[in-house]
Amino acid sequence: MKIIKDKQIIEDTLTHVADNEEISSKNITVSLSRWKSEKAKLTEHQGTIGVRVSPADNIEDIADDLTLISLIAVELPAFTDGRAFSHTRLLRDRYNYQGEIRAIGSYMPDQVFYLTRVGVNAFEFDKADDLNVALSTMNDFSVSYQASTN
Amino acid sequence: MYQYNDNDQTLINERVTQFRGQTERYLKGEIGEDEYRALRLMNGIYIQIHAPMLRVAGPYGLLSSKQLRMLAHIARKYDKDYAHITTRQNIQFNWPKLETIPDILADLASVQMHAIQTSGNCLRNTTTDHLAGVCTDELEDPRPYCEIIRQWTILHPEFAYLPRKFKIAVSGTTQDRAATQFHDIGLHLVKNDSGEIGFRVLVGGGLGRTPVIGKVIRPFLEKKHILSYLEAIVRVYNLNGRRDNKYKARIKILVRESSIEKMAEWVEAEWQQIKDGMEVSEDRIQSMIAQFQSPDYDSNASNDSTFEAKKAQSAAFSLWVKHNTAAHKTAGYRAVFISLKAPDCPPGDITERQMDAVADMADQYSFGELRTTHRQNIVLGDVNQADLFSLWKKLDALTLATPNIGTATDMICCPGLDFCALANAGSIGIAKEINEALDNMDYLHDIGDLKINMSGCMNGCAHQSVGHIGILGVDKKGVEWYQVTLGGSSENAAAIGLRLGPAVAKHKITETITTILDVYIKERNEDEIFLDTVNRIGITPFKSAVY
Repeated sequence: MKIIKDKQIIEDTLTHVADNEEISSKNITVSLSRWKSEKAKLTEHQGTIGVRVSPADNIEDIADDLTLISLIAVELPAFTDGRAFSHTRLLRDRYNYQGEIRAIGSYMPDQVFYLTRVGVNAFEFDKADDLNVALSTMNDFSVSYQASTN
Repeated sequence: MYQYNDNDQTLINERVTQFRGQTERYLKGEIGEDEYRALRLMNGIYIQIHAPMLRVAGPYGLLSSKQLRMLAHIARKYDKDYAHITTRQNIQFNWPKLETIPDILADLASVQMHAIQTSGNCLRNTTTDHLAGVCTDELEDPRPYCEIIRQWTILHPEFAYLPRKFKIAVSGTTQDRAATQFHDIGLHLVKNDSGEIGFRVLVGGGLGRTPVIGKVIRPFLEKKHILSYLEAIVRVYNLNGRRDNKYKARIKILVRESSIEKMAEWVEAEWQQIKDGMEVSEDRIQSMIAQFQSPDYDSNASNDSTFEAKKAQSAAFSLWVKHNTAAHKTAGYRAVFISLKAPDCPPGDITERQMDAVADMADQYSFGELRTTHRQNIVLGDVNQADLFSLWKKLDALTLATPNIGTATDMICCPGLDFCALANAGSIGIAKEINEALDNMDYLHDIGDLKINMSGCMNGCAHQSVGHIGILGVDKKGVEWYQVTLGGSSENAAAIGLRLGPAVAKHKITETITTILDVYIKERNEDEIFLDTVNRIGITPFKSAVY
């Protein structure tokens, strides 16, 4: 599928593996709880290992593991759930996480500007049409009041 | 007042462009109903019974005459010739067409105004005392801090999708006129033991369905930490506030369910991590203070003798001065309340003609500025006493001089069933009926200080739970009923009104209010105001008389 990463539309092969699924792909994400329980095995995995952070998760729980994780997917189960914005701020500003942070779930292209501001740099959408809209909204504002990640 | 720089202007211009694009996509069917709803709400647009409603931000209530003329222009061009002042010092239009709203926002942007974050689950317009900077009991003018906070809230990227709306109020006086104890965050400018001025921070206050008085989370916060501390509170709320039930999503519920001690602990831990990186520099504070310098007052103003002479000549003028003006920090000046509570006028409404005229009066008599108040009136903050008589004449000719400020007919009232899609019951009609019942000015002034607040539903937009008399419209099987509370207050001794008894039928509500007032007149000690009588004798005597 196609995603936006660093303001470009690119082809992507990441698979989000559910907790009850076997790991059979190369580039994967797992839930934070699975990461915690299968960390030893997962660090041996050949390929990209990403962790999905859902709204109720606590970022502190993976703070010590961030060097082992090449990608974090922050989940927005509904576009109204703004916890991913704070999670991303914490990852970037508090824990200095430099890897990819990808927004996944049910959110609007119109939220991409704010998501970019807090430090999300990759965007996955269900509808391919949303990618172009999202790209076009990234430069909605040339000025801002708050210090933020970007 | 604060003047936009190039960046401020660019930001609101870009916001107009963004919203124009979103609206075009919505009208073409490219944005879903729910998604567009969230986007329009963050630009102040509700869909009401008849039409969209646009809520324009009145930053801490301060407007220039130029801005008021633009609001008059908008009322003429896009609406039905009037606007409405809200309890959070904003300005609402009840009849704009959705397709024209991007143009309205562009017109607003041309005078440094916007509708950003006047609704939606985000950081809302910051409010303050309508007498800020001119009153006699002020430690420091709160408006420079309001503007610093305003800028921090506008398009804050992290806090646009909070569990629920979030409101901040700031007060710089000993008498709280900004209802700070009933805001998600209330800030009081206070002096500590070493004489330094900072903020006492309250959290978790609120009205609506579950009225709660805010609790002190930090007794003293240095000014330089204001933004980091706010950011810490809102981040804790964003991450921990309930999202499973919108009626339990405000920060007051988080504070109640976790305890103020736990909340303080979370906020402290978060704040320690960010405070050093987010200091507001002394330079920034000073340059903001410089934006709110007092105007060039006439140092001879108090030498004028015509003011006293006119008062002696005209009882009507004297009465108006007594009720509709307030003391000013500068000798020879007064703050003037323009009453938007004339008997035949829906509370808080102002016509385009009145707006244009008030703008002219602000230019002529009050250095080109005015304020909206949370009791839905307008204030001209800096009027020379020698000008009061001619100002009064002009206001009177426009039915803007009803001498009822602070009295029973200076009611706070929501739009109610006439406009609002949420309302259970009418409120404007009831206000009119009560107004007619109390139209004898001698009687009204005999009753004296009384705050009646009336909301058409549980959401409590008119703050009925803190009215000395609160009236709440409820729906009983499709019929409008009204619940009455007594003894509420949003001032220093904050209190939530006690329910008088079962709701009363629509045709009985005015009679209920007059019965309550009869009990007060019978029971009061000499100069005792209504609220004090209720607090002294309790609600039982009122109850016995009504039921």
